Amino acid sequence: MTSSKFTRRGLLKTGAASGIALATPTIFTGAAWAAAHTGFTNAPQGDTVTLGFNVPQSGPYADEGADELRAYELAVEHLNGEGDGGMLNTFSSKTLDGTGINGKRVEYVTGDTQTKSDAARASARSMIEKDGAIMITGGSSSGVAVAVQALCQEAGVIFMAGLTHSNDTTGVDRKANGFRHFFNSYMSGAALAPILIDQYGADRKAYHLTADYNWGYTTEEAMRQSTEAMGWETVNSVKTPLTQTDFSSYIAPVLNSGADVLVLNHYGGNMVNSLTNAVQFGLREAEANGKQFEIVVPLYSELMAQGAGENIAGILGSQNWDWKLENQLGERYVGTNAFVESFGNKYGRPPSQAAHTCYVQTLLYADAVNRAGSFNPCAVVEALEGFEFDGMGNGPTLYRAADHQCFKDVIVVRGKENPENEFDLVEIVEATPVDQVTYEPNHPQFGGDAASLGDCNPGA
Amino acid sequence: MTDQTTDTTARPYKTADSAKKTRSRMLGLTSRDLLLFVIVAALTMLAPFILNPFPTNSGLAQFNGGYPDLMQRFVIFGIFAIGFNILFGLTGYLSFGHAAFLGVGSYAAIWMMKLLTLNVIPAIIMGVVFAGLFALVVGFVSLRRSGIYFSILTLAFAQMSYALAYSVLTPITGGETGLQLKSTDTPLLSNLSATEIGRANLFGIDMRASYEMSVGNWLFTFNAGYYIAAAFMLLSFYIAIRLFRSPFGMMLRAVKSNQQRMNYTGLNSRPYTLAAFVISGMYAGLAGGLMVAMDTQVGPERMFWTASGEVVLMTILGGAGTLIGPVLGAGMIKYMENIVSKINDSILHQWFAFMPDGIEDALVFVIHPFIGKGWHLTLGLLFMLVVIFLPGGLVEGGQRIAAVFRRKETKATSVESDAAKQQQHPE
Repeated sequence: MTSSKFTRRGLLKTGAASGIALATPTIFTGAAWAAAHTGFTNAPQGDTVTLGFNVPQSGPYADEGADELRAYELAVEHLNGEGDGGMLNTFSSKTLDGTGINGKRVEYVTGDTQTKSDAARASARSMIEKDGAIMITGGSSSGVAVAVQALCQEAGVIFMAGLTHSNDTTGVDRKANGFRHFFNSYMSGAALAPILIDQYGADRKAYHLTADYNWGYTTEEAMRQSTEAMGWETVNSVKTPLTQTDFSSYIAPVLNSGADVLVLNHYGGNMVNSLTNAVQFGLREAEANGKQFEIVVPLYSELMAQGAGENIAGILGSQNWDWKLENQLGERYVGTNAFVESFGNKYGRPPSQAAHTCYVQTLLYADAVNRAGSFNPCAVVEALEGFEFDGMGNGPTLYRAADHQCFKDVIVVRGKENPENEFDLVEIVEATPVDQVTYEPNHPQFGGDAASLGDCNPGA
Repeated sequence: MTDQTTDTTARPYKTADSAKKTRSRMLGLTSRDLLLFVIVAALTMLAPFILNPFPTNSGLAQFNGGYPDLMQRFVIFGIFAIGFNILFGLTGYLSFGHAAFLGVGSYAAIWMMKLLTLNVIPAIIMGVVFAGLFALVVGFVSLRRSGIYFSILTLAFAQMSYALAYSVLTPITGGETGLQLKSTDTPLLSNLSATEIGRANLFGIDMRASYEMSVGNWLFTFNAGYYIAAAFMLLSFYIAIRLFRSPFGMMLRAVKSNQQRMNYTGLNSRPYTLAAFVISGMYAGLAGGLMVAMDTQVGPERMFWTASGEVVLMTILGGAGTLIGPVLGAGMIKYMENIVSKINDSILHQWFAFMPDGIEDALVFVIHPFIGKGWHLTLGLLFMLVVIFLPGGLVEGGQRIAAVFRRKETKATSVESDAAKQQQHPE
C-alpha cells in the first residue's frame, strides 16, 4: 500500500476520463439497426450469402444433429453447383440451377444448440449478429425450435425448422417468419389411427405412457383423440419423467389395468428404454381381453430404432419420410432416390428423416428467394405461403399459408422382424394420404382461434 | 472447502503492510480498489473495441467476440459469478444449485413483462426479489448443514425446481418450451397493437438497438442492451467490493477459516451465512432478470444442474475469493462456448489452405476433436491446466505475468493480490 503511486489528483483525472468514456456510447443508443438502408436484417453484401445451421452437436440428440449437418452440407454443395445436384433435378420448381441463391454463392456457419433453448438462442443470435446469417435452420427438438423461431421472428430473419414434431411449433407458437416441413403430433395420430383399427380392431383399450413435457402432451392428445374417435377406449395415461431411464415400475401395472394396447409417447432415449422394458416384461407375448397385446410408438426414427435393436420388431409407428419410399411405393415419392443416392455417395449411409427434412428445407428456402427475387424475409414468406411443390420425396406437398406447416402424406412403418442391416430396420406399411391428415388451421390442438402468425418481420 | 487462491499468491506479499489503508474519499473505496473498479469500468465500456480486434474480412474474424449477444452474456454471467463468489469465495459454502435462483429470477422477470410492462426495470426488480425470497427458503433449510451435505441439499433444491419447471408447473413456466413474449400478451402499461409482439425496452430504448461504427475493415457494435447490462454489472461489482471490505465480509471470511471456533466463542454464524446466501441468490436473480431483459425468453434448462456447475467452474477458473476472477472466468467460459463451438472443419480447411493437401488434412484431423462440438473438451483441458498450474485461477496467471515485468519491491501494488491476501489472512 505504501508504494502506491496513485495520488488523489491522478485518481480524479482517471475517474473523469473514464466518466467520459462511459458517457460516449450512450450518444449512439437508440439508433436503429445497422443496415437499415437495405430494408431488412443482414441483407447479403458482395457475392455470397450466409446461412446458419443450428443443430444439436452435443446432448441427447447429437446423432440426429450430425446427420442434419451432413444434409446441410450436401444441400449447400448442390446449391452451389457441385456434386450430382440431388433433388435439384426432381424438384418441381426449376429456379435452382447450381448458381447459388439469387446468383450469390452459398456459405454457411454452424452452431451447437446443445438441445437447450438458451444455448440454441445464443448460437442463433451469434449467427445473426456476428456472421450476418440471413436464414437460420435446424434443431432436433420442439422446445428449441419454438425458442429459435421466436428469436428469428424478433430479429427479422427466416427460420426453417428442422426436426420438430410437437403441434405447438406451427400451433400456438406459430410465427410469420418460421416454417416447418416436418409433420406433427396431430398428423401422426390421424395417420396411425385408421391403420391401428385395421390391424388390431376397433374394440381396444389403450394405456398411454407419456413423456412429461410439451411434445409428450401434444402427442398423447393427438393419439387419444384420433383413436377414441374410432372406437378405442383409453384406460389410463401416466406421465413419466423425461430423465427416467428405467421404466419397469411404469410398465408393471399395465398388464393388470385391463388394457390391451400400450402407447409409448416417448422419443429418443426414453423410447429406447421404455420399449426395451416393455418387451422384457413380456408384453409382446402377453394376451389381454382375449387379444394379443400390442405396443405402439407414435413417432419413429431410424436412430431410435437402432438404439432399441430387435425390440422394435412388429411395432407400429409413423414417420415423415423413409429412404426406401420411392423404391417401395413408386413414382409418387420421386426425389427420394435422387437424394438417397447423392447422400449415400458422399457419406456411405442412407439419410435419416431428420437429414431429409433439413435438406428439403434448405432447398425450399433457396427456391423461395429465387422466385421472390429478393432475400427480404417478407418477400420469402410471401413466396413460401401457399406454395405447392413436388419431387422432394414426399409426393405433392403444400406449404399452408395459414400456419406455415407442410401438408403431405405420412408414412406408417413397422419394425422389421429380420432386418438385413443396421439401416434397414423398418418396413413401410402404408402412406396415409395427405387428405386424412389435414386439419383446420384453428384446430383446438393448434391453439384454436387465438393462435396467429402475426406479421412478418424484416428486421430493419 | 478448498481454498483455490492460497499459498502461491499470498506468500510473497506477507510482509507488505496492510494494517492501515489510506482511504480515498471516492466512492468509499481504497485507492487500490478504486483503481480496480476504474479498470473494470473502462474494460466493460470499451468492450466493443477490445473484443473485436480483427478486421471483419480476415480469417481471424472468427475469434471476434464483440457482438451484442456475447457481450451481454459476458456481463450477465459476470454478475452471476460475482454473486456466487460472495457465497463461495467468502464463506467457503459451495452451493451446487445456484442456477435455480437464476431461473426463478428469469421466470419472475418474464411474467412482469407479460403482465405489467415491457420496461425492463420492474422485470429486473421482480427477478431480484423473487430470487431473494426463494434463496431465503432454500438457504434456511440448506444452511443447517455444511460441507458436502450443504452442496447436495442445494443441488437437490435446484434439480427439484428444474423438474417442476419442466413438467409439473407447465401452466406457469411453459414446460420444456419455456416462455416467450407473444402477440397475445397485453401488458397493462404498454400499448401494443393486436398482432404486435412486445419488445423489451428501457423507457423506450429498445434493448436490441445498436449503433454500428465502421472504421476501415473493422466493425464495432454498440448495443443499448449491453450498456444497460454493463451498468448493472458495474453496480454489482461495486457492491461486491464494499461487501468484501466490510466487517460483514470479514465475518464471512471467519466462517470460512474456522466456523467451529466461531461457534464456540458464542457467536451465531447462521445469520451471516444466510445473509450471504440470500445476497448471492439476489445476484443470481439479477442475472436472470437481465437475461430476460436482453433476450425475452426463459427455458427450464436454465436451472439444470449443469448450469449450476458452470458458475462453479467460472468462479474457480477465474479465481475464487478474488474480486475480478469470477468475471474473467465467466467471460472465458462463455467465449469458449460461443466462439470455439462455431468453428467447423470447413473453416479449418480455409485456415490451412496454404499448406500442402496432406499436411492440411492431417492438421484438420488433429484439431477436429477440439472444435465445434469438442468445445467441452477444450474447456475441460483448459480447466485442468488452470487448476493444476494456477490454483489461484486466471487472476494468479495475471499476477505471475505481471510479476515478471515488475521489480520485487513494487510487487505489492498488484491490485488483486490484496483481495487474495485478505482472504488468506482474515484479520
